[in-house]
Amino acid sequence: MRFRFTPSPIDALAARRELLDPSAGGYASFEGWVRNHNEGLVVSRLEYEAFEALAVKEGDRIIEEALGRFPIKRALCVHRIGALAIGEIAVWVGVSSAHRGEAFDACRYIIDEVKHRVPIWKKEHYLNGDSGWVNCERCAAAPLRSREHGHDHTHDHDSIV
Amino acid sequence: MSELAPLYGLILAGGSSSRMQRDKASLEYLGQSQLDRSFELACRHVLPVFVSVRADQSGESARAHKPLIIDSIEGAGPIAGIRSAFARFGDVAWLVLACDLPFLTDAALAHLLQERDPAAVATAYRSAHDGLPEPLCAIWEPAAAALLAAAQAAGQTCPRKFLIRNRTKLVEPTDPRALDNINTPEEYAQALAALASAPRLEPMQVKVQYYALMREQAGRSDETIETRAPTPAALYLELRARHGFTLAREQLKVAVNSEFSDWTRLLQAGDAVVFIPPVAGG
Repeated sequence: MRFRFTPSPIDALAARRELLDPSAGGYASFEGWVRNHNEGLVVSRLEYEAFEALAVKEGDRIIEEALGRFPIKRALCVHRIGALAIGEIAVWVGVSSAHRGEAFDACRYIIDEVKHRVPIWKKEHYLNGDSGWVNCERCAAAPLRSREHGHDHTHDHDSIV
Repeated sequence: MSELAPLYGLILAGGSSSRMQRDKASLEYLGQSQLDRSFELACRHVLPVFVSVRADQSGESARAHKPLIIDSIEGAGPIAGIRSAFARFGDVAWLVLACDLPFLTDAALAHLLQERDPAAVATAYRSAHDGLPEPLCAIWEPAAAALLAAAQAAGQTCPRKFLIRNRTKLVEPTDPRALDNINTPEEYAQALAALASAPRLEPMQVKVQYYALMREQAGRSDETIETRAPTPAALYLELRARHGFTLAREQLKVAVNSEFSDWTRLLQAGDAVVFIPPVAGG
């Protein structure tokens, strides 16, 4: 399994050990952290929810694609679900490879695709007492440029990366 | 691969119905006018749907209360209606349906949509009778607009000949009778008899699971419902009305049995459907 969810805090060192490979000369990782602000509001905590049956399939497909596109050794993505506090790791991506360039490239590819394609939702709770599902609530009122673009929203309310 | 233009629906209801000796759009089948049947059928597969009418028809009761596209292009016949639709929305493709197709089914429309070739001028069924394209149950791509203007300027008014002359993807009909049209009182009587004895669409049970915003708006994480909705698109319209979902279908993706699905796939009893609002992982 190359993509998985966890309800407990992500152990980055343990995840890194899964990528060890004698032929690897380097390793790159990316951690998405819970940030204390988004779109001018103070965020106090957030929750992640996933449609796990499909999310794991789609996440595994993304890792497979990365292994096919880049000459890397191993790749892994761990995504947290449930309630998270400020500063916690929400998502971890790691790639090992013979040389550094492809490790960086594959890591970037995986996190970008995961954010766009995997059915995971994030609810932010704000210090002012409000809360909202990111990418859903404010979009609902906004006119659509195109009927077909669906999830390829360019206004990615990116709270972490 | 050509970019997929958004697909809108157009019901042609501007005909003069001369052989029928009465307005075809208002003919009733199973208690519903032909125009209402065609309009609802199209809405289960594409949105929005418009009714194409001549300027002198816009006030008629059978056509009122529906979004109209009134002929703005000179000339008679289907080509004027289709060109008027392109004049209103030029960067979309049009699912064009005649309003005298009482046997047209959800399965036939879903099949046409699945076979759509955006690089062609149109995607049309091959007639079971003569092997020629059926222009009035077809997807007309944006590229057709300029070609139609040129054809009309050259005095060509037959949409079928237009499709023969231009690059049309022909789709083999799965149900040869689905496109039978009705032109005379005798054909209408035969269609009424056939439809009356045909099996009605039975409701079936499907399971719907909700996540995130939709779970909160539905007030539940799943439900098993009885529905006559033939496609996920129709099911979403039904459930949006029931639960007051704020998201439009265009903002969602849909999964059936834990895999991404087309909106026009035909649902089976026991399917598990998930509507996927905009995602926000990472």
